[in-house]
Amino acid sequence: MSTIFGIPPQALFGQLLLGLINGSFYAMLSLGLAVIFGLLNVINFAHGALYMLGAFVAWLLLTQLGLGYWWALALSPLIVGAFGVVLEKLFLSRLYKLDHLYGLLLTFGLALIVEGAFRHFYGVSGQPYPIPRELTGGQNLGFMFLPNYRGWVVVASLVVCLGTWFAIERTRLGAYLRAATENPVLVQAFGINVPVMITLTYGFGVALAGLAGVLAAPIYQVSPLMGSNLIIVVFAVVVIGGMGSILGAVLTGYSLGLLEGLTKVFYPEASNIVVFVIMAVVLMIKPAGLFGRER
Amino acid sequence: MATETHGVSREAVGSGTLASSTGVWMLVGLAILLAAPFVLYPVFLMKVLCFALFACAFNLLIGFAGLLSFGHAAFFGGAAYITAHTVKVWGLSPELGILLGAAFSATLGLVFGMLAIRRQGIYFAMITLALAQMIYFMALQLPFTHGEDGIQAVPRGMLFGVIDLTQPLAMYYTVLVVFLFGFIVIWRTVHSPFGQVLKAIRENEPRAISLGYRTDQYKLLAFVLSAALTGLAGGTKAIVFQLATLTDVQWQMSGEVVLMTLLGGMGTLFGPVIGAALVVTLENYLAATNLPVPVVIGTIFVVCVLLFRRGIVGEIIARMRSRRG
Repeated sequence: MSTIFGIPPQALFGQLLLGLINGSFYAMLSLGLAVIFGLLNVINFAHGALYMLGAFVAWLLLTQLGLGYWWALALSPLIVGAFGVVLEKLFLSRLYKLDHLYGLLLTFGLALIVEGAFRHFYGVSGQPYPIPRELTGGQNLGFMFLPNYRGWVVVASLVVCLGTWFAIERTRLGAYLRAATENPVLVQAFGINVPVMITLTYGFGVALAGLAGVLAAPIYQVSPLMGSNLIIVVFAVVVIGGMGSILGAVLTGYSLGLLEGLTKVFYPEASNIVVFVIMAVVLMIKPAGLFGRER
Repeated sequence: MATETHGVSREAVGSGTLASSTGVWMLVGLAILLAAPFVLYPVFLMKVLCFALFACAFNLLIGFAGLLSFGHAAFFGGAAYITAHTVKVWGLSPELGILLGAAFSATLGLVFGMLAIRRQGIYFAMITLALAQMIYFMALQLPFTHGEDGIQAVPRGMLFGVIDLTQPLAMYYTVLVVFLFGFIVIWRTVHSPFGQVLKAIRENEPRAISLGYRTDQYKLLAFVLSAALTGLAGGTKAIVFQLATLTDVQWQMSGEVVLMTLLGGMGTLFGPVIGAALVVTLENYLAATNLPVPVVIGTIFVVCVLLFRRGIVGEIIARMRSRRG
């Protein structure tokens, strides 16, 4: 087994692993977008900026306060989530009665502000973030070398995605959330505080983006631009998967990451655009998305 | 989908009472534009006019058909690349280069439009954004666009073989003619039966379908028209600045044109022109200061969406209406 389809297995599995890592971030971000969209009917353009914020908070915690990776993993999503709650209370909550497009435009403006501010103060070059000591090194799996940290990212994102799915589909709080997605007025009539639920949902979705940012910090460098290009790919992922189901969003995220990795092996020039091409094909065959429903 | 955008723009399109004042404003505007290069810097004015046409073309979709495209940079920048390449490498005359740029954008608009009109609202915005990002990556990688450098030193050449466009005034009046052509096309479109059907679709698509209109075809035609006029603006800009770069195809450019239209007034004829002039002026001013441009632009976005959804011209029209009772 020296080559597979003319490609050395090391290269193939290496790219597949990279694809899986990218897919983990697609999955976590599109999951957050789907949860927010379900209840708020807002497509959160600021998601990429908040992912970047998560990574930057981790970097600032390390360089300014000396708090390491594990602290950042707990604190950064909380800080980003709290920031999201403030954004929702101050701005988004004023727009729910209007056309949904205004939510998109508002969060676009917020994304420009957050990214522009970090770019102004930290420049466009990336800041390195060290891999935590416990996760350095790697495993030789026989057919490939697996760096421990990358394995950890895949496992962590799987746990987070499945945990979110479980919380929304199998718990009482999740049932309230699903009910409010279907009919907020009726749920409020049953005595559940829907506005607070909306705020917390936005905070949670945004915290997921912050968590993804912390996980990404040691792999990609911490840079003000890390979110803006990612978010457009995640939008395409969301269009492909449709926002009807949580598991659908997660599954689409991982598969597209893997497909992107495969494209890098066989036709590297197209690796940047393969997700968009798949989106075009899906729109032609099944406009509502693979797991979506028309609404 | 029945909400404020639509309500506002319905007032703003101005039937009857405001029609005569629209004509007066057009004449005043034309006089200002004819005299402007003797007062202000022509290159700045040409930039304003190119972006004004871009914003007007974009407004045709959002303001009159209710479709928010977040991917218009692909048409603007794509046409700029085609014009720059055909003029510089193939040696075509500037008018042919600009026409080819616009034709390219129209074709691209047809493809994007056919895909994007399969979904509505927010999905439409996301799809156009993603497709435009694909064009961005192509512009980054294809050999003829020269990656980060872009196509530089594009010759302005002789218009129709007679008019020397290296003369600033000749270039300015050429751009003005292009802008007026685009503006009149949009004005005629909006006030034609086709434009009325577009408004009907914006207000209530199911009802328009029930009246027997094939709404998809109307939306597609509006999309192609908007893309072609955007291409006209992009190609002209490439000749004016003798340059086509990645800036023109980036998603920030799509956002900028949304802001110009929103600030000036969605669904008004003059709003996008005013919005474009303000944003270009502001950016020129900010370039000389230390303030971060995206933060200022983002702040204006947030303020517009929260407090000022009718835009400047929309607000003026609403005031005039309420005064008249």
